[in-house]
Amino acid sequence: MKNYDKLLNDLAPRKFGKTGVIWTISLVVIIIAGLIAYIDQIIKGQVVTNMSDYALWGVYISNFVFFVATSFVSTVTVAVLRLTKNTWRTPIVRIAEIISVAAIIMAGLTIMIDMGRPDRLMNLFIHGRMQSPIIWDVIIIPTFMAISILLLLYPLLPDFALLKKYFKNTKPKLSKWYGKLAMNYSGTDAQKRIHLNSIQIISILIIPAGFMLQTVDAWLFSTLFRVGWDSTNMGAYFISGAAVAGIGALVAVVYVIRRAYHLEEYITDFHFDKLGKFLALACLLYLYFNINEYLIPEFTSKKEEVTHMNLLVSGEYAPLFWFVIVGGLIIPIIALFFKKGRKPLPMFLIGLLVVVGSWWKRYLIVTPTLLHPFLPIQGVPESWHHYFPSVHEWLITFATLAMCLLIITLLVRYVPVVPIQRTADEQEALESNKNTKS
Amino acid sequence: MEENNNNSRRKFLDKGLKLGLATAIGGAAISEISKLNAKSNNSSGEFVELMTTDGTLVQVDSSEVVEVVHCDDQDKKYNVREGMPNRKFVMVIDLAKCKNALKCQSACNKHHYITGDHAWLKVYKMQEDEDTAPYWMPTTCMHCDHPACVTVCPVDATFKRRDGLVLIDNERCIGCRFCMAACPYSTRVFNWSEPKQEQDQIKKELKMEGECHPSPEFDGVPSLKGTVDKCDFCPHAIDNGELPHCVTACPNGVFYFGDKYEDTVTNGDETLRLSKLLRDKDGYRLMEGLGTKPSVYYLPPVNRLVDFKEGLDNFTEYKSVENTEES
Repeated sequence: MKNYDKLLNDLAPRKFGKTGVIWTISLVVIIIAGLIAYIDQIIKGQVVTNMSDYALWGVYISNFVFFVATSFVSTVTVAVLRLTKNTWRTPIVRIAEIISVAAIIMAGLTIMIDMGRPDRLMNLFIHGRMQSPIIWDVIIIPTFMAISILLLLYPLLPDFALLKKYFKNTKPKLSKWYGKLAMNYSGTDAQKRIHLNSIQIISILIIPAGFMLQTVDAWLFSTLFRVGWDSTNMGAYFISGAAVAGIGALVAVVYVIRRAYHLEEYITDFHFDKLGKFLALACLLYLYFNINEYLIPEFTSKKEEVTHMNLLVSGEYAPLFWFVIVGGLIIPIIALFFKKGRKPLPMFLIGLLVVVGSWWKRYLIVTPTLLHPFLPIQGVPESWHHYFPSVHEWLITFATLAMCLLIITLLVRYVPVVPIQRTADEQEALESNKNTKS
Repeated sequence: MEENNNNSRRKFLDKGLKLGLATAIGGAAISEISKLNAKSNNSSGEFVELMTTDGTLVQVDSSEVVEVVHCDDQDKKYNVREGMPNRKFVMVIDLAKCKNALKCQSACNKHHYITGDHAWLKVYKMQEDEDTAPYWMPTTCMHCDHPACVTVCPVDATFKRRDGLVLIDNERCIGCRFCMAACPYSTRVFNWSEPKQEQDQIKKELKMEGECHPSPEFDGVPSLKGTVDKCDFCPHAIDNGELPHCVTACPNGVFYFGDKYEDTVTNGDETLRLSKLLRDKDGYRLMEGLGTKPSVYYLPPVNRLVDFKEGLDNFTEYKSVENTEES
C-alpha cells in the first residue's frame, strides 16, 4: 500500500502564511515601481538611462545575460543528472525546472527593455537576417523556453492527477483546475510508457538546446571586435559560468522552500551535501575558464588587452572584479571542500554569494569593454567616459528580478515542489528492496 | 409498386440533371479550348524579322508579336539600397594638412542638423607613443567594404550599397545598438531622446514635405528617437554634383573625395589620381588588420605644413557639437 496520504499531506500545495503573503506583495510593489520607470523610459527615450554612445550597453544586457545563464539550471541538474542516473536528484529537479522556466521567460522580456524601438519588435520577424547573432538568439530563446516548459509540465501530469483527487472535497474549484492540467492522466500502463518516453526525449533535447542558448549568448559578444569580448574562450566560459549561476540559484531557492514548507524530511542534509559537491565542481570549471580568459591576455600584454585588464584588476572596476573572483568563486570553492560547508545553512549563504557574484560577473563582462574602444573617447560629455546604472535602470532591473522571483513563487504556490508520484514510487521500490533482502 | 415508380422517376430526374450540368460545363470548356486553338491557328501570313538576344535573325509571324507592358519603376525608379550605378565613392584624408580648424565638423553638424552631444565627424588628438609627434586625425564613417555593422544588423536596417556607401534606414532600425558595438571606429551615434531638431523645417529645406517615409539616403535626417545615426558621405550633395560638406568646408584642403572607378579624388582645389596619390604618399587605412576594408584612406602626417599646437585652441575634450540652446 502506497502511503500517498502522508505524502500528499506533506507535499500538496498550501496557502501561504503571513511571510509568504508579505513576500509576494513586496515583489508586486517592486514590479509596479519598475513598470512605472519603464513607461517613463518609453516616453522619454533611453536618455533616462546612464548609457551613452560609448557605454552603449549596460545593466539591461548584463541582467539579460544573467537570466539566460540561470536558465541553464534545468540542463545541468535535470538532464545531466538524469542521464548519469544520479537518483538523489528527485526532490530538487522540480525546483530546478521552475527556476529555469522563470529565468528564460525573464530573459526574453529583459532583452526587449534594451531596445531603442520596442514598437518595432516585429521587424525581427519581418526583416530578420540569419547572419546576425541577434536572430540566432531570437530563434533559440523561444525554443529553449518551449522545451523548458514541457520539461516542467510532463513530469507534473501524475502529480496533477493525484492533486485532483486530493482536493476533490476540500477545494472543488482547484481540483477542477488540476484535473484539466492533468490532461486525463490516470496512470494506465500505456500512459506510463508514453509519459516516460516523452520525459526521456525532452530531457535529452534540453541538453543541446541549453548549450546552444549559452553559446549564442556568448557569441553576441565574441563576434565583435572589442577587446575583452574578442575571445575564442567565450562559449565554454559562458556555459561553465551558467552552470555556476544556475546551481547557485538552485541551492538558495531549495533552502528557502525547504524552510518555508518544512520539507526537512524530503530534502535532507544528504541532498545539500550532493548539491554542494556539484556546485564546487561547477565553480572549479568556471575558475579554470576564468584563468584562461584573464591570464593569457595578461601574459601576452598587448597594449589594448593591458588597458582592459588594468581597468578590471586595479582600475575603476577592481573592487567588483575581486569581489566576483574571490567572493563568487574562490571562497565558495574552499568552503564547499569541507563537509561542514555543505550543510544546509552554509550552503544557502554560499548559494546567495554565488548568485550575487554571478550577477555582477555579467556586469563586468558587458560594461568595462565598451569604455576603452579602439579610438580614444574624445569630443563627448565627460560623463560618457564612465558608466553606472541610473535610478531608472536599477528600478527596472530590480523589477525584472522580482518578476522572476514572483513566477517562481506562484509556481511554488500551486505546483508540488517535490514530485509526489516519483517519491512514492521510489519509497515503494525501497520498501520492496528491504522486503526481499530480509 | 407505386414506391418503385416514384423511385425510378426520382432517379431519372437526378441523372438528367447531372447529365445536363456536365454537358453545360463540358460545352463551355470545349468552346474555350477551341478559342485558344483558333488564336494560334489564325496566322496572318505576314512575317516580321527579329533579332534574338544572341544576335541571330529569326522570322516570326506578325500575329505573335505582342507589345509588352513595361514596368515604369524597374528602369527609372532609383533604388536607394542599390545606390548610384557604376560609382564607388572614396575619401582621402591628408593628415599632414590638418590643424584642427574644425570647419569640417561645424559644416557637417549644420547640414545634418546634428543637435545631440556627439558629432558624426570628429577630429581626434592622436599620439601613438610619447616619443612620436602628435597629430590631428579627422574621422568620418569609414564606409567599409566589409562593414561589421551591416553583418550584425538583425533587421537589415543598415546596409551596404554598390556605390560604396553604408547607410541606415532609421524607419526600420529597432535600436538594439549591435552595430555600434560592432563598429571598431566608434562612428555611430544613438538618439537617446527625442531629437531636438525642428523636423518641419528640415523637411522643407530638404524638399521632403509630403513624403511619409523619408529616404534613407538622408541618413538620420531627420533623426528618430531610439535609432542609430552616422556619417552618410553626403549622397544628397553628390546628387547635386557637389562635394560632401566636410570637403568644401575645410580651409586646409585636408579632405579629398572621389570615385575609385574613375581613379580621381578632389578637395575642390586640386584633382588628383587616387592610385598615384596613395602610392606616392604612402596611403593607409585605419585598422587594416581587422579586415573591414574602409573606403576612407589616410595620408600619414609627414612633412607637415602646420604646427600641431595651433589646433589646440580649438580642441574641446568634452564637446563636438555647438550647443544650439544658447541662441
